[in-house]
Amino acid sequence: MSEFSVIGRRLPKVNSWAHLTGEARYADDLFPPRMLYGRLLRSTRPHARIKRIDVSRALAHPGVVAIVTGADMPEKMGIMPSTQDETALAVDKVRYVGEPVAGVAAVDEDTAFEALELIDVEYEDLEPVFTIEEALEREDVKIHQTSKRANVFKEVHLSFGDLDGGFAAADHVRDDWFFFEGNTHAPIESHSAVASYGPDDKLTLWTATQVPHYLHRELEKVLGLPRSRIRVIATPNGGAFGGKSDPFGHEFAAALLSMRTRRPVKITLDREEVFYAHRGRHPVKMRIRTGVKKDGEITAVHYQSWLDGGAYASYGIATTYYTGALLTVTYRIPAYKFDGVRVYTNKPPCGPKRGHGTTQPRYGFECQLDKIAEDLRLDPLDYRKRILQPANSRTVNELRITSMGLGDCLDALQRATRYSERRGQLGRGKGVGLAGSAYISGAGLPIYWNEMPHSGAEIRIDRGGGVTVMCGTSEIGQGSDNMLASVAAEALGILPSDVHVVSGDTSLAPVDLGSYSSRVTFMAGNAVKDAAMKLRALLFAAASEKLEVPKKRLLAAYRRIYDRDDPEKFVLFADAAVLAESKHGTLVAAGSYQPPKGIGGTFKGAGVGPTPAYSYQAAVAEVSVDLETGTLTVDKVTTAHDCGRALNPANVEGQIEGSAYMGYGEIIAEEQVFRGGLHKKPSLLEYKLPTSLDTPVLEAIVVESVDAEGPFGAKEAGEGPLNPVIPAIANAVYDAIGVRFDETPITPEKILDALGKRDRRGQPKSRIGPDGLNGGKSDPKNALRRLTASTAARERKRMS
Amino acid sequence: MLRLPRFRVLSPRSYEEAAQLLREHGAGELDRSRGTPTLRIMLVAGGTDLFPNMKRRQFAPELLVSLARVRDAAGIQQNGQLDISAGTTLTAIANDPLVRERYTALAEAAGVVSTPQLRNMGTIGGNVCLDTRCNWYDQSLFWRTAEGFCMKTNPDVVCRVATSSPRCLAVASADTVPALLALDATIHVEDADGGRDVPLKDFYQEDGIRATTMRPDEVLTDITLPDASGWRSTYLKLRDRGSFDFPIAALAAAVRHDGGHVSDARIAITALGSRPMLVEAAATPLIGTRLPDEVIAIAADAVHKAARPMDNTSGTISQRKRAAYVFAERALRSLRAA
Amino acid sequence: MKELITLRVNGEPRTVAADPHHTLLEVLREELGLTGTKHGCELGECGACTVLVGGAPVLSCLTLPALIGGAEVTTVEGLATGEKLHPLQVAFAEEGAAQCGYCTPGMLMTAKALLDSTPRPTREQIAQAISGNLCRCTGYTAIYEAIEKAASRNGVAGAEPVRRAGGANSITGAKLP
Repeated sequence: MSEFSVIGRRLPKVNSWAHLTGEARYADDLFPPRMLYGRLLRSTRPHARIKRIDVSRALAHPGVVAIVTGADMPEKMGIMPSTQDETALAVDKVRYVGEPVAGVAAVDEDTAFEALELIDVEYEDLEPVFTIEEALEREDVKIHQTSKRANVFKEVHLSFGDLDGGFAAADHVRDDWFFFEGNTHAPIESHSAVASYGPDDKLTLWTATQVPHYLHRELEKVLGLPRSRIRVIATPNGGAFGGKSDPFGHEFAAALLSMRTRRPVKITLDREEVFYAHRGRHPVKMRIRTGVKKDGEITAVHYQSWLDGGAYASYGIATTYYTGALLTVTYRIPAYKFDGVRVYTNKPPCGPKRGHGTTQPRYGFECQLDKIAEDLRLDPLDYRKRILQPANSRTVNELRITSMGLGDCLDALQRATRYSERRGQLGRGKGVGLAGSAYISGAGLPIYWNEMPHSGAEIRIDRGGGVTVMCGTSEIGQGSDNMLASVAAEALGILPSDVHVVSGDTSLAPVDLGSYSSRVTFMAGNAVKDAAMKLRALLFAAASEKLEVPKKRLLAAYRRIYDRDDPEKFVLFADAAVLAESKHGTLVAAGSYQPPKGIGGTFKGAGVGPTPAYSYQAAVAEVSVDLETGTLTVDKVTTAHDCGRALNPANVEGQIEGSAYMGYGEIIAEEQVFRGGLHKKPSLLEYKLPTSLDTPVLEAIVVESVDAEGPFGAKEAGEGPLNPVIPAIANAVYDAIGVRFDETPITPEKILDALGKRDRRGQPKSRIGPDGLNGGKSDPKNALRRLTASTAARERKRMS
Repeated sequence: MLRLPRFRVLSPRSYEEAAQLLREHGAGELDRSRGTPTLRIMLVAGGTDLFPNMKRRQFAPELLVSLARVRDAAGIQQNGQLDISAGTTLTAIANDPLVRERYTALAEAAGVVSTPQLRNMGTIGGNVCLDTRCNWYDQSLFWRTAEGFCMKTNPDVVCRVATSSPRCLAVASADTVPALLALDATIHVEDADGGRDVPLKDFYQEDGIRATTMRPDEVLTDITLPDASGWRSTYLKLRDRGSFDFPIAALAAAVRHDGGHVSDARIAITALGSRPMLVEAAATPLIGTRLPDEVIAIAADAVHKAARPMDNTSGTISQRKRAAYVFAERALRSLRAA
Repeated sequence: MKELITLRVNGEPRTVAADPHHTLLEVLREELGLTGTKHGCELGECGACTVLVGGAPVLSCLTLPALIGGAEVTTVEGLATGEKLHPLQVAFAEEGAAQCGYCTPGMLMTAKALLDSTPRPTREQIAQAISGNLCRCTGYTAIYEAIEKAASRNGVAGAEPVRRAGGANSITGAKLP
């Protein structure tokens, strides 16, 4: 029998019913009286100076009520306080096609759309920069004047352990280049915001955002309105995946247009605009050198990444660090060096997408491990099991590891798929592949430096036994409202359906930093548990008195507080609430969570990587390749995921399956690609989200390591399971046709290309991928040499 | 939201009335300027092709003549030949037992157009008249403004796919058309003065802008297929996903068997050029054979040669040409006499 | 200029004034307050706006309301019967088939049309039927399971449409920890 009454049960999500009846109100579903429709004018140039904006013709258009431009909101903003390089609407200069330039509010959307054509913008074109290589080299073109070298946004160099000694001790060294193509979140709901500035000089902004608290701060900064006069309400997000975790131009434009007109203003992006808002997966070139002993034991890893950041910072500083930070938490690495560079280019800004910054290196590294296993004639699954980073340990880059279930995930996969027996045995055109991975359960540090909790929750019990949980989390479809209700219900001995959840409202709920970095279950879960346990103590004190049973013998479940030794001796929860309120006064409690200190290092850059608990996961992919047409079919993906404890197994499985789906899409087809700075396919017809007829059979296996610090033992489940799917599919394709795909996506044309080209022995071309920067065409060593020289110069300066 | 441009709708109850309205309101040639061709009046049936194009401002007519209320616009009748009314939905064609059995390629093609919802709305007439497609053209007004337009929406601009091309290279993309070609379809169009029959193979021309010989004041009313006794047919489509996508290479093959030998054959391709076409050089060698591999290879070679894809859809030129070859082989193998 | 249109929506006659170039999607959401019907692309490329017209799933973003005549329009708001939820709604909740819930109304309408014509669909038939509805959250697995579960309850003696908040949340027979 379970020790829990709610945790571990497959209960329907408390917010399901609104979604299933059409009653849920997403931002675009709001139509306050007198509402105006807004639309944004966007830049048609990749890189240009704005010489003049004339809105007079547009303002004269019947039905147009107000227009705002960048000059109205010149304050710099951006999600990371240390790298704010963006404005709500472009000021003086545009840096990508699609960048918002002006906002129009009109009586209806048709009129707003017409008005856009009547705004006259005179641009003076500047030379654009589109590739990583150009960005590294072009000193003469500066996308941002803040770049010290060429168009470098951020350069990171970290070294741990004895790298040279490690490589010297290696029996075998692999040196591989990889390229991970950029792609985007494509939530089915496009971004939308409704702003209402009232006669009381207060602003309310309903918006599809993952980060109501951070947005609250930025609105204050940009609008010059005290935060006390701003209320941000995160509406249910119709999918987000990281794409709604920046402050966006349309949110500020709607707010300012409402302030100017004193009428509610709505701006909803159309699908094409979502591709320009982007903040998705960075294109990353990688070089990975790994030294191993004969038995495969890793002696050293040197990982280098070059990230194409697009036109603005977004989370780029964190993304850059994340490409290097988490490679160490899965397998033992005694010496590790990480060099990362993120550059600016004249394309929509890249940012965090599910797996933020860790997806690309994990793809490269797990593909490389597959090669190492082959080089050493080791079974890839058995090999990974032998080199696991142990539980309750420290990595070479000083990350604290607690619960660690990767070994259990690998065992579960072997049982479910018989991977080891089937690898290499399926015949030409069929293959099976494996990969492991890890992810964080929330970042160890907040985005802005402060000593306050990362998550706060408040619970109120009313006189009828009703329970309201208030927490600043944003419900993006990951099930956070249900998590809050479930944790509170378990602690209080009621059912999730008894709980009212108020989330994502900066006025009604304590701060939670937001739905990003898979932090909500762990951090908000702990905060709400903290609050609930305080109320539980009050209820138990009252029940103990009434039942004349010592508090330590009391338990709570199914709306009763009862004697463990005699369950028929109980007080109903509602009655206990009345007793407790009579005794202690109004039943309200607050709880909070802050990650423990000392979970990471103290060096510069140590802030990215630490988390209170890592999730672990592994996947096996089974594929078929049509050798004549090059069509790749992924028949099945089995993913085992260590989520600590499944608070609701149905929802955890949903996250695992959804992650597998998204990873599958990334490697098979999805790509955010450009032609001369213009997105090549900004539509859901040409940007290929997999349909039901494409998606593999997805099997989710839940592994529970019961984390000592997680709420009831839980860790994250929303992002990590994406990571292993991509290299598992690449490794399966190798098993099927003997071609290594060291770049994504694996398209039919690339497969045909590989199968058509033969090497000297008549075998198909055994590898598709880059050989360096510039696609290996020019000497990659030049850029590397420059990079090394600048690094050396800086280090010399530091030493002197 | 992405709105349609403003227009008014006229809903005639007959094709004659529709043709009359077109003439009255001056249906004529396009004036391609500023990225949105101004055509005063256009026809719309299911709307699944025209409305997305209008939302992207590829067209912005003031008046739409809807065929939705035309009486007896939908239906499939057999009397020796098969008569399909132009307003018949793709779903109805894909599900029709007779079409599935006798005109298999057409049922297969209609059944893989886009999505179930779209097939419930889209008509066979609309599919036959589908606008040609190109990834420089099927973009929003904003996108095309940023890119600088193309020949198809602005006569002052070159074809962006191949700047030296004297004509627009937009791609024929209708699934049902190669099936109809392989099944020897004839179409009937009407204008205010009367009607004319056109063999479908003469309906299309190698021009992404003027892709058909239909005039703007004409209405497509019926499609006729000859008796298909002894014929077997199939349709194969290359696309990135299992639904939504237009073909990026497609082939229909129809073969009539007579005593174990092929007595007649037609092979048609689409999405491999601006014009869907019969590949006679692929069909002729099949006559009199039992479709042995070496004959199929000759036919596949002919298809490969006829396929002239350009780099303006998803996928690559070589991949699409390769698919045309492979599909010819696979289709013909599947049509061998049992 | 707005024109008067009379529609039958979820069993009720509704007369609204709407611009002739506004789609059924826009009229449902903006004139009739039926915001349950969503939009993801407005170009027929995602299926989020699916409603039933005369029982068949169509894309409301590409439908002109003036042209559907007297055909019955069914939206997600019309799926439940009074206080009784449709078996699909219950099964979607139980299986976690709605994550963000945004593709859900369109998905439910497509699934309803499928079950109305094919009470016991195979998984292949379900995959075909929902191939015009993109879901970015679930990977479709839970959706298949929910539709199969609803189908298994469909028409089975005694399996009346289930009332919400019953089922798995019931304390009847629960074992105390």
